[in-house]
Amino acid sequence: MEGKNKMDIWDSKNECMPRQEIAQLQLERLQSLVNRCYKNVAFYHKKFDEIGIEPEDIQSLDDLRYLPFTTKDDLRNSYPYGMFAVPLREVVRIHSSSGTTGKATVVGYTQNDISLWSDLVARFLTSGGVTKDDVIQIAFGYGLFTGGFGLHYGAERIGASVIPASSGNTKRQIQIMVDFKTTALVCTPSYALYIAEVMEEMGVDPKPLSLKLGLFGSEPWTESMRKQIEERLFISATDNYGLSEIIGPGVSGECLNKNGLHIYEDHFIPEIIDPATGKALPMGEKGELVLTTLTKEAFPVIRYRTGDITQLFDDPCSCGRTMVRMKKVSGRTDDMLIVRGVNIFPSQIEEILMGIEGTEPHYQIIIDRKKALDELEIQVEVSENIFFDEMKKEQELIEHIKKEIFSGLGINAKIKLVEPKSIERTTGKSKRVIDKRQIYNNNDIE
Amino acid sequence: MLKLVSVSTYYGAIQALKGVSIHIKKGEIVTLIGANGAGKTTTLNTISGLLHPKKGQIFFQDMEITRFSPERIVSLGISQAPEGRQIFATMSVMDNLLLGSYHRYKRKTRRQIQQDMDVIFELFPVLKERIKQKAGTLSGGEQQMLAIGRAFMSRPKILLLDEPSMGLAPLVIKEIFSKIKALRDEGATILLVEQNAKAALNIADRGYVIETGKVVFQETTEKLKENKEVQRAYLGKGYKEVWE
Repeated sequence: MEGKNKMDIWDSKNECMPRQEIAQLQLERLQSLVNRCYKNVAFYHKKFDEIGIEPEDIQSLDDLRYLPFTTKDDLRNSYPYGMFAVPLREVVRIHSSSGTTGKATVVGYTQNDISLWSDLVARFLTSGGVTKDDVIQIAFGYGLFTGGFGLHYGAERIGASVIPASSGNTKRQIQIMVDFKTTALVCTPSYALYIAEVMEEMGVDPKPLSLKLGLFGSEPWTESMRKQIEERLFISATDNYGLSEIIGPGVSGECLNKNGLHIYEDHFIPEIIDPATGKALPMGEKGELVLTTLTKEAFPVIRYRTGDITQLFDDPCSCGRTMVRMKKVSGRTDDMLIVRGVNIFPSQIEEILMGIEGTEPHYQIIIDRKKALDELEIQVEVSENIFFDEMKKEQELIEHIKKEIFSGLGINAKIKLVEPKSIERTTGKSKRVIDKRQIYNNNDIE
Repeated sequence: MLKLVSVSTYYGAIQALKGVSIHIKKGEIVTLIGANGAGKTTTLNTISGLLHPKKGQIFFQDMEITRFSPERIVSLGISQAPEGRQIFATMSVMDNLLLGSYHRYKRKTRRQIQQDMDVIFELFPVLKERIKQKAGTLSGGEQQMLAIGRAFMSRPKILLLDEPSMGLAPLVIKEIFSKIKALRDEGATILLVEQNAKAALNIADRGYVIETGKVVFQETTEKLKENKEVQRAYLGKGYKEVWE
């Protein structure tokens, strides 16, 4: 059975396109993208004019490097709809990253975008072994986060039986898995491990289950974690990659060779740059991944700096796909944290704390993985003039902070109040974040 | 099969094409849609060598043909049915068709030419009925069939069709377009330039939308038909608010 699946390719016409044809297709689409962005998106029109570049200056794929970057800040400054290339009534779906107002990024999709997205997700589901005969349990959150809906539409496109389990309530997830005879599990890799833990607690033996495939993404994970998941759940686990600013899941995905994620180059152009200088790096070198969307209608982006560190490979893959591969993401260029699949910037936490009376802008974020589940702890200094004579008052403040963090970031945090001036002050950049997890495949020390 | 890479064509100082890149694969119908003056005919004339681009390259079967003469391009297998048909009105239907095979007309090839003509008569039976008639006396639709037939007589590997729907009644357009599709099913590769976007998108596999000399969309026809901007501008659906 696995041998048969290994050969399956969702869109072999495009996924196995000869390299020369990919180049022509990319050039044609890049030129039309640039023409559209210049015409329809004020941000790009202005930016092009500023650096003195005209759409027709893009004569070859190499000319891509003359185009300006788009950063997370650019997207935030255009909150909410400033970067849309079509009128809002042509948008059929809106997703958003976590974050307080003004800090979030909002992305939109036309009907064509949704259809493209479904197809791209279908590509990596197929390359990970999913077929229309599978029962696929999607344990990603359904909501503003792109994970749930993205996977859902792709799995339906394939014709698999989709269980929109959404996230949380692990015991129920396991009950569904047993009763509904789930064959493929979609979630974050850490949640998959957590499920394995809970199964053990519940006394459920994963071996006789129908489960055979796992498609994990939306957070970085290591090879040793893959091994652990595969051994504990008796499945074959593949990685997929995406980000809402580009389209959501569906930018790239592993095939069963598990040797890098194929980037869907007919719809995205990947580049690797030196994050410090912005210079493009040659194939195979490690740097920041930059992505350009070629065919998105509602929310096209040119040279988006993902902040993810990886490497590209263009040696042929035995699966038959001709698209370049990227290594598993091996770090970030910025201080973004991914906690239970949710992207968090320490500055977002700071902003929330600043808005709460009785706390000082001195805090420390501690992230740890306990029983495979990420735990976010925030230690906050209380103001000197606040003296807790009552436990109740202290508890109230903790609850208040907790609530604010949850409404801002959509994630539960453990809050610990500490004495004024107890958090270590450093000259220069303060060490605000302590990440105790081992989430990146780093053999080399950076 | 045919590939244009960042082609820019000028009429004197006026730039009509601003870096146009398109490609056509064997057996495809590819359409180029756009408004009047967008650069559609210029693109065809640049491919067939009637105009030479100032910048960019044109490849046919991996050979660069950018600066080739029109006659050389025809003999390589690229043939154009021009806008407004441009048939020879005072000549018979038969002679018009024979002119299409002019570049290969030799005693030895006569049989082959006759065979090709039979293919055309099969596709357009009305031309056979009017074989001796002067081309100028044909109806508009028949003239268009003749123009396509004449281009086909050069045994093209790629057929370039410029506005075959021009000036024709809707029913006739429908017939012509179903014939174009039939030609493709016989193995022809077709680049179809059209203002009648609806008709073109119905028979084509892929399409390019061209606006003031620039390509703004490159997609499969299903996606183009779903695209709201294309619907608004070229398919007469929806409207645009003043502020948009």
